[in-house]
Amino acid sequence: MITVGIDAGAKNIKITFLKDGEVIATGISPSGFDQNAASEALMNETLAKVGLTHSDVDVICSTGAGRKVVPGAKHVLTEVSAMARGSLFLRPDVRTVIDVGAEEGRAIRCNEAGKVEDFAVNEKCAAGSGAFTEAMARALEVSLEELGKLSLTSSASVPMNAQCAVFAESEVISLLHASTPKQDIAKAIHDAIASRIMSMCRRVGINPAIMLVGGVARNVGFVQSLRTAMEEEVFVPDNPEFVGSLGAALIAADREVETATA
Amino acid sequence: MTKYKTEPLKCWPKAKELRDKYYKDYATAHERGGIRWTGGAWSFDAIPYGLGDDVYPLTGEPYAASIAFNREFSLECLEATEAKGWARDLCSYMRNYWGSMYLNKFNFGGPYPRPTFAFQDHICCSHAKWYQVVSDYEKIPYFNIDVSVGPYHTVKDQPHKIQYIVDQMHQSIEFLEKVTGREYNDDKLIEAVKNDCRSTSTWAEICAMNKNIPAPLEEKTMYSLYVFGTLSKAKKEFADFYEELRDEVQDRVDRGIAAIEDERCRLMSDTQPPWGFLKVFRYLEGFGAISVGSLYTFGLIGAWEDKPDGSWGARTTPMQKGQAINTRDEALYTLAEWTLARPEWQHFYNPNLKTEMMLRIAKEWKLDGVMLHMNRGCEGLSCGIMENRLGLVEAGLPVMTFEGNMGDEREFDVGRTMARIDAFMETLELQPLTTA
Repeated sequence: MITVGIDAGAKNIKITFLKDGEVIATGISPSGFDQNAASEALMNETLAKVGLTHSDVDVICSTGAGRKVVPGAKHVLTEVSAMARGSLFLRPDVRTVIDVGAEEGRAIRCNEAGKVEDFAVNEKCAAGSGAFTEAMARALEVSLEELGKLSLTSSASVPMNAQCAVFAESEVISLLHASTPKQDIAKAIHDAIASRIMSMCRRVGINPAIMLVGGVARNVGFVQSLRTAMEEEVFVPDNPEFVGSLGAALIAADREVETATA
Repeated sequence: MTKYKTEPLKCWPKAKELRDKYYKDYATAHERGGIRWTGGAWSFDAIPYGLGDDVYPLTGEPYAASIAFNREFSLECLEATEAKGWARDLCSYMRNYWGSMYLNKFNFGGPYPRPTFAFQDHICCSHAKWYQVVSDYEKIPYFNIDVSVGPYHTVKDQPHKIQYIVDQMHQSIEFLEKVTGREYNDDKLIEAVKNDCRSTSTWAEICAMNKNIPAPLEEKTMYSLYVFGTLSKAKKEFADFYEELRDEVQDRVDRGIAAIEDERCRLMSDTQPPWGFLKVFRYLEGFGAISVGSLYTFGLIGAWEDKPDGSWGARTTPMQKGQAINTRDEALYTLAEWTLARPEWQHFYNPNLKTEMMLRIAKEWKLDGVMLHMNRGCEGLSCGIMENRLGLVEAGLPVMTFEGNMGDEREFDVGRTMARIDAFMETLELQPLTTA
């Protein structure tokens, strides 16, 4: 059975093809303004890459901010369920999933059976999301990748007090004017995001093992800050941005099996 | 095939008619030589009824909620208030109300009807300042009663604390006589106090019927019904209406008539809802989920007590107990003691008191989960809400939070809230009924 998970995120659309429990293809493309068209284009592109056609696909499951506009999706899931399922597939002992994407950050607590017991999502605020790191990188005039690496070269602890991405940008500029080294500011930015994510995690309760997923998990500076804040090991899978689409593909397969055996 | 039978409430048109009449009577009171006054839904509204049968209140919160429901006018009101220099993070009911006053526009047509006086109690700081601003702007007299005597369990055996409120009530009657030039009638006060006890106890009786499965009422409808207790608890017409409603709801329970036809998950909410987006409650129904009420809908107006079997039920009124109310002093003491016991008055002192009541509701109303509105529009009722969440989660209840504002649509993200509900429904293992 071939199932497809499509995670139509705020910034990127991710796709995962699953055949009998094995990932056979993944793809990613910008969401743009038309997530419906972007999802379809990515689907066609990935099908071509693995030499399949639409008729080879048994079922599509969508997730992400644009999940309701993904064409052909039989199942529609929120990121909470998809991220939890994908994370536990990759590491069955995971009990806390932290997902930090472009627009939202969320903390998910699961039980041994993989059932979501509680979750928290950042409210109307970019301060715990990828959009925040992008804004801060712009303020420091470095790339996102450089921002992460710079942060690792600092051992300073510079407090950033702003609770808002807009004010945090002003604070970064003030730190620059005060001749604070860029690497210390980079670390301060990641510490600040980690602190906000920690607050969400504490709300739902932190049980090891902890897995960090979503595109921001590629930011090595943030990962380091989060590990320090957690005082626990935080696992990052090889392709953290695909965990949502993986989870969606897995749930699609689960549901097909359930239906077939009902 | 649906799970339960459902049907519209028979007394719904009457509810609509009574509410319309309330606002019309207020607006036209002066044409009949009557008195208009303004104050909060928490005010001791029985007291001004001693001035005569032609006394009409305009309570600020339900009036502001009706403005919030009218989103276009609400935005106009909020901007008018901000243009006067008031901060955007103040009570959003207050800002809507003030905007209506500043614009001189009444939500139900015509100019804002200027009250003769303002009459309120200091249940929260916003409420006290709210009518001070109205008093200053409209140049009308204002009386405010301090009620900060502590939660009911610490007060009920300390009569001097109740007497502190009663003494202020006596002073308030002198104030009313002075500012209206009318002679005060104690018989009308006594009647109004009895109506207050009757309406608030009957509302609790109605809410208690939602312990039944299926629930005969859902919360969106309850908002349109509990409102009478916020408009005027002491009004005879409203007390009578609640008795009529109680009989109809009892009939629904007896016949197994449900509020929603596919009830399979029972929830409660918390605090005032985002009035411009009540469709959130209809969205739940798409999953077979029903909000059967909340401490807010049950306890803002409802009068409750512990029953002999340990359950929470409608408080026995002084009249049912055979307790005589013959004098002004007896009426005021009864009113103060009765009011201080109402559930929503308790947690201004300690959020744990709220958590205890919420857990009680969760158990007795057989709930599957809780949706907490982190309401930026009301400090009073939102204060301590994360502590409430913790208490509920520790007791094993699934809890969802969503951020919003009861009266300022600019602080409510409907798309994200629906997405949050989707996720919560998934954690409760509920699929949308249409695709199930």
